Amino acid sequence: MDVLEIIKPENQVFCKTKLMTDATLSYCPGCGHGTVHNLTIEVIDEMAIAEDTIGVAPVGCSVLAYDFMNIDMTQAAHGRAPAIATAISRLWPNKYVFTYQGDGDLAAIGTAETLHACNRGENIVVIFVNNGIYGMTGGQMAPTTLCGMRTSTSPYGREIENMGSPLKITELVANLPGVFYATRQSVHTHKHARKAKKAIRKAFENTRLNKGVSFVEIVSNCNSGWKMTPLESNQWMVDNMFPIFPLGDIKVDAKLKKS
Amino acid sequence: MTEEIIIAGFGGQGVLSMGKILAYSGIMQDKEVSWMPSYGPEMRGGTANVTVILSDERISSPYLKMYDTAIILNQQSMDKFEKSVKPDGVLLYDPNGISHHPTRKDIKIYQIEGMKLAAEMGNKKIFNMVVLGAFLKIKPVIKLENVTDGLKKSLSERYHHLIPLNKEAIIKGLGSVSVYNVEEQAFHI
Amino acid sequence: MSELKLMKGNEALAEAAIRAGVDAYFGYPITPQSEVIEHLMAERPEERTGMVVLQAESEIAAINMVYGAASTGKKAMTSSSSPGISLKLEGISYLAGAELPAVIVNVVRGGPGLGTIQPSQADYFQSVKGGGHGDFKLYVLAPASVQEMSDFVEDAFDIAFKYRAPVLILSDGLIGQMMEKVHLKDQQKRMTDEEVIEKYGSWAVTGKTDRERNIITSLDLDPEKMEVRVYKLLKKYDQMEKEDLRYEKISCDDAEYLFVAYGSSARIAQKAVSLARKKGIKAGLLRPITLFPYPKHQLFELADQVKGILSVELNTGQMVEDVQLAVQHKVPVEHFGRTGGIIHTPEEVLEALEDKVIINGCIGNHKTRESSIL
Repeated sequence: MDVLEIIKPENQVFCKTKLMTDATLSYCPGCGHGTVHNLTIEVIDEMAIAEDTIGVAPVGCSVLAYDFMNIDMTQAAHGRAPAIATAISRLWPNKYVFTYQGDGDLAAIGTAETLHACNRGENIVVIFVNNGIYGMTGGQMAPTTLCGMRTSTSPYGREIENMGSPLKITELVANLPGVFYATRQSVHTHKHARKAKKAIRKAFENTRLNKGVSFVEIVSNCNSGWKMTPLESNQWMVDNMFPIFPLGDIKVDAKLKKS
Repeated sequence: MTEEIIIAGFGGQGVLSMGKILAYSGIMQDKEVSWMPSYGPEMRGGTANVTVILSDERISSPYLKMYDTAIILNQQSMDKFEKSVKPDGVLLYDPNGISHHPTRKDIKIYQIEGMKLAAEMGNKKIFNMVVLGAFLKIKPVIKLENVTDGLKKSLSERYHHLIPLNKEAIIKGLGSVSVYNVEEQAFHI
Repeated sequence: MSELKLMKGNEALAEAAIRAGVDAYFGYPITPQSEVIEHLMAERPEERTGMVVLQAESEIAAINMVYGAASTGKKAMTSSSSPGISLKLEGISYLAGAELPAVIVNVVRGGPGLGTIQPSQADYFQSVKGGGHGDFKLYVLAPASVQEMSDFVEDAFDIAFKYRAPVLILSDGLIGQMMEKVHLKDQQKRMTDEEVIEKYGSWAVTGKTDRERNIITSLDLDPEKMEVRVYKLLKKYDQMEKEDLRYEKISCDDAEYLFVAYGSSARIAQKAVSLARKKGIKAGLLRPITLFPYPKHQLFELADQVKGILSVELNTGQMVEDVQLAVQHKVPVEHFGRTGGIIHTPEEVLEALEDKVIINGCIGNHKTRESSIL
């Protein structure tokens, strides 16, 4: 397929919604963040809730999320987005409040804020992009880095004895009563992206119904950090990440799925 | 008028609440007041003390080295605060549990059998009010009706039924102080 | 009509927060300030005014909750004591960087480390010299009475919103734990959501309507732009110095010797002034009420009048550096203070004035701080 063929409208799978700004995405070509941004903002657009939505950006690759999403956003200190979202949601109970966080932000430095916001059942959406690495700071080990995976701070591979095992934080928070919905999705194919969008939509619908925390993990790639081409990284993700972080719903309507 | 008082004893003896009632009573009499507790582990069973200042003027330091009156309710506090009474000042103490009695000759020393009297009245918890009564006999800085108002203000409403008993204890204390003479022995006034 | 009560400083501050129409308090227990959140919880502020009160999982979470609430234009505050404030410093720096109005209360205890729970003023440097990372300052109010613990809540929010900047109320265990008479103000209404949007909608994140989107952030990767941001903060601090400096002079008119002290030390130094005057020593007291901005011009002028100055602090010598800077070697400036949770007595303070300032009286004849205590 040549470029002209690709850009035909009938071949168009995703398009930029008007709720995305015209700023050039700061993400590496091939990174999943752009797609997750787009899906999130499409859901907000389709639900016509932009006027009532407040987003919280993290520290990490997506720190500049507020440059791309044309909605009101506040930028959190590293890991503290759930605490910030807690306050906004408490003070503006009719607003849709979401955090957008990576794995270092949410599952390492911000673990306490994540667990306690989930445990209190704050009426918020958490979008959690897990690519198993610290992308922004140059590819260091994350709490979700796989065993044996090489990063700049685990140059000989992550060793369980010294460095612990990859943290499955979505399973962890799913056990908390304040979490109404916990799911794990990916965006590496059209099919997966559509499913992920459905999950994000469900999460925002839950906020409308005042149901508590909706936790949407997106397992994603980091072709730069993993030092692969985008295609290789997607394949590597399927082969290596998915066995540890299996896709699918973990908790729906406050009921845990049997694994 | 400025009266600088330290009340010292065991946590649980009602030291802090006695100070609070005294301070609230001062407010009822249009005084400036301050109430500065020792806080922390003392609150959980060790020694406790509180500095109460009643004054007609704005109070500067709420924390002091020397006091017009020391109300002492256990031996540790006697050891610590006997020397902190200003010359010609007052030391009032309950002899119950005191093995080393005060020895200073340049201050006025009084005894109140607070623990014993409270037990006789059937409620050990009013011990601190007996002692308060004794203090008011020696230093009539606050009128009794203002103390009653102070009690009302500082006790939450569910304890208001105990106000008559507290008042009775204060009156008991008023009539039961004895002067302690360092060289001779105690006698009633 | 105000209501007269006998209250602890911490309780008076909490009650004032409800009455001032504060929207939210987020905190975490620590001695000697736990009465703040205890009073708030007991008072059911959600029923009285709709105020949100939440016990956070940590001081870090609490300050970030304040950041979240402040991002939306709401009046939010937190309180803690020294080790807890250390934890909050990152968040305080973010508040300053993102230009958010908020009130932080530090009821100081002795340090460093876990230290002690007794009163101290050892967090002066932390409070006025930035405290967190980056080029910023806090507007710092130092209450010296239970009444000021109550009054300064509203004052602090006025300043915070005037400048869109975090404000620190620097108290200590003595002012927090003592009880005094306090005149409580009448209940004020909290602003409605609509009023908040109308008043602060130009910057607060309340949901993007047909206006441009609002973004709260302290990040600017372009150094040129970041420098502009920092200079914008500096302009605010200059304006604070011009318009919102506060101090109190006690017995200064004929003073030959001057105490400089804030908060609880000012109360003790005030007593030392009257003890000194009974002995025939003409002493006065300058009490900075704001520690930033600092009454440096007032000190510079007083230095022409007095023979020597003693900075009285519950620490080993922190504010004394600002006194020395202000006085510019015109007269000797000495420090006296107890630390580790010990409170100096008025007698000790007067003795220090006599020993260090009146007798020594000239620069180069210092006793060391340690030897003057032991």
